[in-house]
Amino acid sequence: MTEYIIKNGSVIDPTQGINAQKMDICIKDGKIVDSVSGNAKVIDAAGKTVMAGGVDIHSHVAGPKVDSGRLFRPEDKLFRSPMRKSNLRMEMGFSVPSVAKTGYDYARMGFSYVVEAAMPPLEASHVHEEIRDTPIIDESAMPVMANNWFLLEYFKNHEIENAGAYASWILNATRGFALKCVNPGGTEAWGWGLNCVTINDPVPYFDITPAEIVKGLIETNEYLQLPHSVHVHANNLGNPGNYTTTLDTLKLVEGYAPKSAFGRDQVMHHTHLQFHCYGGDSFKSSSFESKSKEVMDYVNKTKNLTIDTGNVTLDETTTMTADGPFEYHLTHLNHLKWTNVDVELETAAGVVPFVYDPKTYIAGAQWAIGLELALFAQDKERCFITTDHPNAGPFWRYPRVYKWLLSAKARNDVIENELKYGDKVVDTTYIGELSDKEISLYELAQMTRSGVAKALGVSHMYGSLKTGMAANVAIYDIDPENLPSDPEQYEKAFTNSFAFFKDGVLAVENNEVVNYRMPKKTVWVNSIVPENKQVERDIRDKFLKAYTVDLENYAVFDEHVHNPYAIKVDITQ
Amino acid sequence: MQETIKHVACPYCGACCDDLEITVEDGKIIEVKNACIIGTEIYHHASREGRVGSPRRRQPDGTYKDITYEEAIDFTAKMLIKAKKPLIYGFGSTNCEGMAAAGRVAEDAGAVLDNCASICHGSSFLAIFDTGYPSCTLGEVKNRADVVIYWGSNPQHAHPRHLSRYGVFPRGYFTGKGYKGRKVIVVDPRYTDTARCADHFLQVQQGHDYELFDAFRMVMHGYADKIPAIVAGVPKEKILEVCEIIKGGRYVHIFFGMGLCHSDGRNHNVDIAINLVRDINEYTKCTIMAMRGHYNIAGPGIVWAWQFGFPYCIDLTKGSHAHMNPGETSSVDLANRGEVDAFINIGTDAGAHFPIRAFEKLGSGIPMVTIDPSVNMAATVSDVHIPVAIVGVETGGICYRMDNVPIQYRAVVEPYNGILTDEELFDRIYERMQELKKEGWTTDEGVWDYATPLADVRPVKEVYE
Repeated sequence: MTEYIIKNGSVIDPTQGINAQKMDICIKDGKIVDSVSGNAKVIDAAGKTVMAGGVDIHSHVAGPKVDSGRLFRPEDKLFRSPMRKSNLRMEMGFSVPSVAKTGYDYARMGFSYVVEAAMPPLEASHVHEEIRDTPIIDESAMPVMANNWFLLEYFKNHEIENAGAYASWILNATRGFALKCVNPGGTEAWGWGLNCVTINDPVPYFDITPAEIVKGLIETNEYLQLPHSVHVHANNLGNPGNYTTTLDTLKLVEGYAPKSAFGRDQVMHHTHLQFHCYGGDSFKSSSFESKSKEVMDYVNKTKNLTIDTGNVTLDETTTMTADGPFEYHLTHLNHLKWTNVDVELETAAGVVPFVYDPKTYIAGAQWAIGLELALFAQDKERCFITTDHPNAGPFWRYPRVYKWLLSAKARNDVIENELKYGDKVVDTTYIGELSDKEISLYELAQMTRSGVAKALGVSHMYGSLKTGMAANVAIYDIDPENLPSDPEQYEKAFTNSFAFFKDGVLAVENNEVVNYRMPKKTVWVNSIVPENKQVERDIRDKFLKAYTVDLENYAVFDEHVHNPYAIKVDITQ
Repeated sequence: MQETIKHVACPYCGACCDDLEITVEDGKIIEVKNACIIGTEIYHHASREGRVGSPRRRQPDGTYKDITYEEAIDFTAKMLIKAKKPLIYGFGSTNCEGMAAAGRVAEDAGAVLDNCASICHGSSFLAIFDTGYPSCTLGEVKNRADVVIYWGSNPQHAHPRHLSRYGVFPRGYFTGKGYKGRKVIVVDPRYTDTARCADHFLQVQQGHDYELFDAFRMVMHGYADKIPAIVAGVPKEKILEVCEIIKGGRYVHIFFGMGLCHSDGRNHNVDIAINLVRDINEYTKCTIMAMRGHYNIAGPGIVWAWQFGFPYCIDLTKGSHAHMNPGETSSVDLANRGEVDAFINIGTDAGAHFPIRAFEKLGSGIPMVTIDPSVNMAATVSDVHIPVAIVGVETGGICYRMDNVPIQYRAVVEPYNGILTDEELFDRIYERMQELKKEGWTTDEGVWDYATPLADVRPVKEVYE
């Protein structure tokens, strides 16, 4: 394999405490090494920033609801797709890109590993088919668990060992990575057209509350000692006044400590927090307000929590979530088309197009709240930047979010010139009091690399430039010693990296994708638990009586999992 | 020695029953259990005399002569390269691996890629583009639904086990009484065998479904007193009675078939059906589902949506981007206008299904290849017929059920005479095309330039940086 030496770049690697230090990075056989021979190809990175490959903790990039979003929105392609480069596959779509565009755009941004945020277990083989066709990036997928009938029954009786045996079976059957919790109980209630909007609303028939489900999932997750913590999307997303539900949910972590050999400190990751930090009682500008400070005050002092932001990018996009009742609610708000898929015994999903129009007050306030979360976060190793792709905006807009965080000037420019109700937004949110706050490139690396990898429990594989790590290295056209005065340069540089190595292979060179055929991985967790006859019987029983597929056809066949890479977690030892 | 393979999924209809038990002996299928009569026949067909075991080339006198796979692949690759606007159509009866491989070939060839939805539920797609698709998996119907409506579909003939597995008879988690706990409503111009199972049969006047939907919507919106005495042949009292059943249901589900998407109104019928579902959700839970015909006709829509963003009628001839405009880029319309100059018929039979005037244009003047395990009508006029392994019998793969749930198929016997799978075949066609291009092969019309973006005339501000 070709050897490379990246010369004279300004390296930023929080895992080693390196902050814009001029040093060389050597690559050999797909790994970062201490030195290479004289034959190594030289990449001149003088005046450029060198970081580890990016890690995305929460992005909807593959699977049934993502594909529903592509299928039912031809308008998302019309005049909104770039022209094909002659050496690449066609790249179609704006808010929900085709798999080729997804892989290329992540590579252009210097990302090496992306976690698909919601995989319905019944449709796992669909997710793996899309992963097969997505070039360059390594991927994982999180099975959706918080409305699963098995778990609702086990949690009701507080049978954590049984829940663990079942969850472990699901991880292995779907080749999944972590336990995802979406609108606990509420999505099951949606099976009857209902919802749960506080953590104490009873789930119809199952006679359990969202609080019990979340606590049950935390206990199950720690019982299984999984790399990642439970990954929570709380009840009452998107509604004015929901920050109390959010705080109630976050407080459920009290009294729990992580039990995992993979280095994480949290027992709950709360995702796209922007959608959960609203005050007031209606969407009117006289009522709706930011409660990001109240929520972040709690997050900052609670060490066993991590969050990601879910930044609104002020684009037309496609919302999609396993929170079925929320999407029904949303289609009543904007009167656009609505797709829904309830998945038997497990979950649901909804898809609705949405326009975050800077001419509306609400979009401006949501934009501000997302940025406030990142700026309020004291420990940047526990707060990650996402757009909940594509819900608050497409992932390829990350560089624009980076720009707004790195440059107060860029942020204030939006308030003054782009938002129609900028003054009103300043009045009802905290963005005004943060008007001179900026994050550093080092903090950006924490929020997109080291911190994310640690929270996912994969810091031994991603997010670092230590010797021996897989050579996922991104080089950006930014000189930390001479930061650009024009904030647009940040967006430009992070959108199109100067170069990007994936596992030691050059994927991007001179700002262009040059190779997309390198090996990639599907990272999954092989969870091993003691034999559990009761759970085996329960599984057989439910498949006999309730599912419409045979048990033997449910688990993804080996031939349908492509380039699998298992992280083994054995709790029987 | 006899061996029984269980949990086999059936390659017949969109119900994708995955509980078949197939007994084989010495590579022959002996017995099929649990399948409907049509599914059973598909398995026995694989072991019957007269299978085509090798690609065949049509001779000037109309007879066929066996050729090798290399020759067939070479012919197909050259045909695709030389053509300016080849059409690759079909895919109702193959697995998603084959569809993904075909997508790569079509993109490289600058072809039009289309599937059988084009002449089937394509109009439903148009409605879904406009209105969305509030649906569910079939298990939700089984476990929750107490009101089930079949509108313009006759599953007793087209999806023989649909009523027993999903829609009417099964006992589910919240539906322990089975059919006794369900109200079944059938809307159809004919008194079909499905209608015989119904609690309420509404004999809609042929072609007037839209009016009946309109009456239902009026009731849901509180204008019951405004509807006339008879709507589309159905008395007002009957409409009100059924609407009361719907409003009183815990979970209502509508299955619709080609009676909606292929009678007068077409996509508008499906559009208003979906809007009715939205209305019913104001009262109780309601979902809707298209009765997709073939076992994997949902597949190409799904696979190509992730590859190109569109489910069908995908024009890749521009080279720079995919373009979908049913009516312009749909197979029958392209054929009618004589716009294609090469044709691949795969996993379907355009000869049997297309309007005769359209198929005449494809079958007579331009090079044509049929890829199908059997000799069908299209194969009888093709220049080359390439047999492939039967999915679900001789090869596995993923197929999407009518509710878009992926079902993993199994092979029960080895491919007859060592024939290739669709995926292998398309991958080899792709490789051969690369070799030929390196040798300098181009289209007869010369190489097309890629379109280049014109920044100034794009209609949407800031469309893409």
